[in-house]
Amino acid sequence: MFEASSLLQIKNISKSFGPVKPLIDASFDLRAGEIHALAGSNGAGKSTLMNIISGVHKHNSGDIYLCGKPIELKSPQDAIQRGIAHVHQEIVLCPDVSVAENVLMTQINSDYSFFINYSKLKKKALQTLRLITDISPETITGELSISKQQLVEICRALAMDCSILILDEPTAALTQKETLALFKVLRHLRDQGMAIIYVSHRMSEIVDLCDRITFLRDGQTVSTDNVVDLTSNEIVYKLIGRKIEAIYPGKSQSYSEDILLRIEGLCSEKKVQNVSFELKRGEILGLTGLVGSGRSELLQAICGLGPRTGGAVHLSEGQAFRPKDYAEAIAAGMVCLPESRKTSGVFPGLSILSNISSMNLSQVSRAYHFIDKHKERDQASALGERLRVKSAGLKQNVVELSGGNQQKVAIARVLSVNPDILLLDEPTRGVDISAKSEIHHLLRDLADSGVGVLVVSSELDEVVGLCDRVMVMFEGQKTGILSGRDVTEDNIVKLASGITIKDVH
Amino acid sequence: MRESVLFLIIAALFIAMSFASEHFLTWANMRAWLLSFSTEGIVVVGMTLLIIVGGIDLSVGATMCLAMVVAGALFLGGMDPWSASLLGIAATSLVGALIGFCVTRIGLSYFITTLAFFGIVRGVCFIITQGTPLSLFSLPAEFKFIGQGAIFDIPVVILIFFLVVAIADFLLRNAVILRKVIYVGSNENAANYSGINVKKIRLWTTILCASLAGLAGIIFMSRLGVATPSFGLGSELNIIAATVIGGASLTGGKGSILGATLGIALLSLVTSSMILLDISIFWQDTIRGLILLLAVAVDHLANKHR
Repeated sequence: MFEASSLLQIKNISKSFGPVKPLIDASFDLRAGEIHALAGSNGAGKSTLMNIISGVHKHNSGDIYLCGKPIELKSPQDAIQRGIAHVHQEIVLCPDVSVAENVLMTQINSDYSFFINYSKLKKKALQTLRLITDISPETITGELSISKQQLVEICRALAMDCSILILDEPTAALTQKETLALFKVLRHLRDQGMAIIYVSHRMSEIVDLCDRITFLRDGQTVSTDNVVDLTSNEIVYKLIGRKIEAIYPGKSQSYSEDILLRIEGLCSEKKVQNVSFELKRGEILGLTGLVGSGRSELLQAICGLGPRTGGAVHLSEGQAFRPKDYAEAIAAGMVCLPESRKTSGVFPGLSILSNISSMNLSQVSRAYHFIDKHKERDQASALGERLRVKSAGLKQNVVELSGGNQQKVAIARVLSVNPDILLLDEPTRGVDISAKSEIHHLLRDLADSGVGVLVVSSELDEVVGLCDRVMVMFEGQKTGILSGRDVTEDNIVKLASGITIKDVH
Repeated sequence: MRESVLFLIIAALFIAMSFASEHFLTWANMRAWLLSFSTEGIVVVGMTLLIIVGGIDLSVGATMCLAMVVAGALFLGGMDPWSASLLGIAATSLVGALIGFCVTRIGLSYFITTLAFFGIVRGVCFIITQGTPLSLFSLPAEFKFIGQGAIFDIPVVILIFFLVVAIADFLLRNAVILRKVIYVGSNENAANYSGINVKKIRLWTTILCASLAGLAGIIFMSRLGVATPSFGLGSELNIIAATVIGGASLTGGKGSILGATLGIALLSLVTSSMILLDISIFWQDTIRGLILLLAVAVDHLANKHR
């Protein structure tokens, strides 16, 4: 019944929230000294399983064994005391206190002394921080970049002295360098006997880092395998239960020389310095670089969402384009999909209908600025079908959808105005592999129909697989544009770390 | 959904009260009940829109009083009552514009800004009147008709209120401009990324709410024939409570005009029932607070288990 090498065993766990059953009879076993990937599409039950292991949710049926003994996890505190630490995908830190206080929050909480010994605290926090980063323990947490905050989050878990560490998309906001540093620490911890549950949508990370992998699909465990035994095609097959013909659509055969957008020496305060490039009709131009290299700021400066302190933007007709606000850019056929779905992508609490129509209400209204409910419905159902949004109906509240479907709604919103120029900031972040592939094919179809597509992405895999040309930024400046065979991960990594290679046009 | 629940509660109270008191189901009592919340109800409409856009205005009681006092003082100074009333409402629009400026341009929070204006505006009312009520018995009959007249035995005030509610409810469901109010309240960033001018929408909603408070102030002046500098003290609590009971969320993006109207009707019905049942008037505020607490708690628990 119990396997000797198992540290944690989940047996036939089911969990339901009302009519929704995210887990049905799922089993999982975790050994000491391994990094174990937990893989599955959005909605497969990964989050629920992790939350049960870390004591956030209670399961309805099934058993949990820790070191062979059946246990009942009453609360997250209970799980922590048993040595289970959970690093959530969202950052849950107190922004107003120092890094040290955040890293050691659990210890401060369980300490019975009346006063806080700050020098001891600082020393202890520093020990943990130095494992993966050079952040000072005295920094106020809210002043750090998102990627640094993510590192603090991970350090907080490391400081708990846990034997089981759950990491949910820990690298989503990290730079390449930080990711490599994190991997080194994780391998070291594994060798010391820690068991790590690793969740990521990035296939390459799983192949790189993990020892075993458990696949979840529709709330059930499909199988557990040694990662080295699987090819990447097998991994994709097990993930979604069917074969994807091609993960990435084919590249453009011959995009036109028709220039849709010409940027000359664009500056935006200190974030973007003197960037020039052209976007051609029918191409997908990638824009990559480390987090904070000015990619998002560049998009915002182009379309009137952010400050523009120098340079010029020309549309196809050739005249200079300087929108006074974003509404003017939309009217000119240029739209921008924001980076963060949760904070800027959708309107929570509103229906899919109202989310999609928000960009240009005059398209769905009658005389005197009254909304025409029929037009609104027609527009949403056409776009919903085109993007294959899975929902219980167009009136469904958008926050009830899975992450991938929410992102599709956000994309439907920007497509509702039939743009010529599409600026997308991380369009597939946090989206599962099948939705991701659908979005990629959609973008290629749009490009083929004559739209100019600019995609900002941190995922090298995506940039190389999807884009016709790739522009790389480093500290606010363009370090190069790659096209054709020069679009390789190697070249991009070099450019992204500020090494300029000869511009290849 | 929320509207039906409130409607059922009101209906239940109606049935219970008609058994408890023979005076309850008389037209005189119904009219008194409707009249008791109609004027404040106009402000409830503005407050609902403001709460939907993600704001709140704690100064509406004082703003209501400002319109009354400014119009009253101008009338006593020799101006005709109609022009005086328009200037009174204009003064409240200005208050709304100032609040909107502080919030959208300087970046202060609605709560603190309107708490400050709660004091500022009330103070101005006392300065204008020098602390004594302005007696306006010389108002012409045509003007008094607004607040005191009736058409087919239905007070004009009630008709104005129903008209405002019907228009606002229709517009909130159908008009592009009020849809934008919902977008801004639901997610400011996403609204920005839809090309909606968030600051402009916030500013005009704030002005609208203050101006509707001004309109209510003028109606009260016509009804009471007096402009008192302490008028409307505590009104804001009643108005905000009605809005929240009606289903508005203080985080914005959610609210119902019809719901808020039923909310203030319910609060008022409870008060008038207490009077009919001879319960001490001192219980009023406590009961009102308890109803608000109950509404919010039920809402919270229902959302949690969904």
